[in-house]
Amino acid sequence: MAGLKLAYWPGCVSRGFTTELHGSMALVAERLGIELVELDRANCSGAGVIAEHNQELADTLNARTFALAQQTGAPMMNICSTCQGAQSECQQRLDADSGYRAHINETLAAEGLSYDPDGFSNKNFLWVLVEDYGLDKLKAEVKRPLEGLKVGPFYGCYILRPKHRLGYDERPDRDLYLEQLIEALGGEVVEYDGARKCCGFPIITMAREVSLRQAGTHVGDALDAGADCLVTPCPLCHLNLDMQQPEAAKIVNRDLELAVLHLPQLVGLALGFEPKQLGMGRHIASTEWVQERLAAPAPA
Amino acid sequence: MAAYTLKVRRFQPESGDGPYWETFDVELDPTLSVLDGLLQAKDRDDGSLAVRCSCRAAICGSCGVKINGQSALACKTQIGEAKEIANRRDGGSEPIVVEPMGNMPVIKDLVTDMESTHWTKIRRVTPWLLPEGDPPEREYIVPPESMIDITQSMACIQCGACVSSCLSMEADPDFIGPAALAKAYRFVGDPRDAETEERLHDLANDPHGIYDCTHCFSCIDACPKGVAPMDQIMRLRRKATAGYEIDDHNNGMRHEHAFVKIIESKGTLDESLLLQESFAPGLKGKLAPRPGAIKGLIESIPTAIRGLRSGKMRSLPKLIPGIHPKLPGDAQDNVRRIYAHAEDHSVELNLYIRGEEAEEDAPVPEAEAVPAAAIEPEPDEGGG
Repeated sequence: MAGLKLAYWPGCVSRGFTTELHGSMALVAERLGIELVELDRANCSGAGVIAEHNQELADTLNARTFALAQQTGAPMMNICSTCQGAQSECQQRLDADSGYRAHINETLAAEGLSYDPDGFSNKNFLWVLVEDYGLDKLKAEVKRPLEGLKVGPFYGCYILRPKHRLGYDERPDRDLYLEQLIEALGGEVVEYDGARKCCGFPIITMAREVSLRQAGTHVGDALDAGADCLVTPCPLCHLNLDMQQPEAAKIVNRDLELAVLHLPQLVGLALGFEPKQLGMGRHIASTEWVQERLAAPAPA
Repeated sequence: MAAYTLKVRRFQPESGDGPYWETFDVELDPTLSVLDGLLQAKDRDDGSLAVRCSCRAAICGSCGVKINGQSALACKTQIGEAKEIANRRDGGSEPIVVEPMGNMPVIKDLVTDMESTHWTKIRRVTPWLLPEGDPPEREYIVPPESMIDITQSMACIQCGACVSSCLSMEADPDFIGPAALAKAYRFVGDPRDAETEERLHDLANDPHGIYDCTHCFSCIDACPKGVAPMDQIMRLRRKATAGYEIDDHNNGMRHEHAFVKIIESKGTLDESLLLQESFAPGLKGKLAPRPGAIKGLIESIPTAIRGLRSGKMRSLPKLIPGIHPKLPGDAQDNVRRIYAHAEDHSVELNLYIRGEEAEEDAPVPEAEAVPAAAIEPEPDEGGG
């Protein structure tokens, strides 16, 4: 297969508080022969907040991003569950009504842009890996199987629900991809209660305790189930699960120390990159345990 | 006919024992419902199996349960599909798991106490019309289009599936929750109601109100009637902030305004500026920070310091609000232009009412985009 070429929307957080995500994505893409055309003129997806404020504003801003992606001639990819959800919400409205779409495109015309739903696709890196790159092909690239590493999946709400909006009618297994991926990389899936629940991030500035109780509960459940680390395709989940982990520990009243990896970091480890290259030293919850696990001889 | 195994979480309070699992083998057509399966088990195997149901046609809202972890009506879930979902991961012979609804006490087996959570929360939002002055001699006359906005919330049958699925309520049992807030919007959006602003004030300032919703979409997938309670909560927020500018004690409006403003001036999110502006816009903006906001800002400091120490936030400048770069070239001007247009007049497209186009270029009638048939009559709100 000729290499994949993708219009790449990194989102805001991967270039802000979680630069290790943006960096590891670049390494992994290059190794896998995926060409990323970065959409550096594109704007924030609004993360649901702009849509909450003014729907047409959010729809126009995201239609702008879609149109910029379409100019590259390649399908669009994001590395943020929240962007996926916020963009899919707007896309659903844009695609549903040609009159509304024409109205939005009128606003975009001044920049020489226009969004055309025909053939447009926007997928999280997780979906791209499973549906377009292929897990068998990925398996063949694995240099360091994640043997003995117990990984808890954490999806993030925005690529799980609502199912109808997120393509589950055609791809019903999208809520199993993380498990499939962990296994393809040689790791062991840890089943725990929080894999498909909410990290609490959206209300961290408004209902701090409720937010951190969610994050702390899921990290604790994963620890109790024996996880060595979590993996998430959403940098906002990462903020609550990793950056806020010490604060969450206070709220749930227990010690918590569990590495939370970004999706490209987990893939990168299996491809043979060193933890340092993948920015794993930049996390709040120590990732050293993961490194020790991978250095140890595989269990019999 | 096909064979199915139901694994039911049971609880018989009179036994003095805790909850336990029991499996039942049933045989029925795959197009029949999980409820049909449960009733067959009750009929043939164990008459003491308690399940609440009435209409069996997804109208009364009595048979809410969790099926394979998903909150739903047992009568609206086909047993064949439930089996497929149960076996998605292993493709084997896993049973269909049926549990009582979540976030509410269990009375017996699959019967939950709707009173102590669901109905109490519904009453919390004053679920009746509060019109101004004396009622008119005859019926209220309002233009039909002024009621369209609330038809979606009127479709609620009070089954509690959304309450059962709510992830915020798991973390905060006092959260008013999706069903009650959807019901609140039914009156906030009603042109006959005179207490709109009061209602919004109440829901925005309650720490367990509209800003306690964590935006997880669980209630949207759980609702058997397409009410999309979370969307109604977002409408309440939109009315509270953009509509009435209610400067609430939860920082809901300030957070939203800060976020929206930052994207207008920077194009992408400046996280440090968002933190500062959400909690204390007084430092840069017009509003004075409130004591609670200062507390919030201080609470975020340990996290920021840890982030700086780990290198997560790149460098010190990353922590200084406001130096985040704009989009390159004229891109930022174009984002501002979009703002100028949309903030001036904004269209809200409700797909529940509008529906999705069947074909790509179907003609769109302008104002009469709402087919009369799409507006469902208000169901009996006492059902449940």
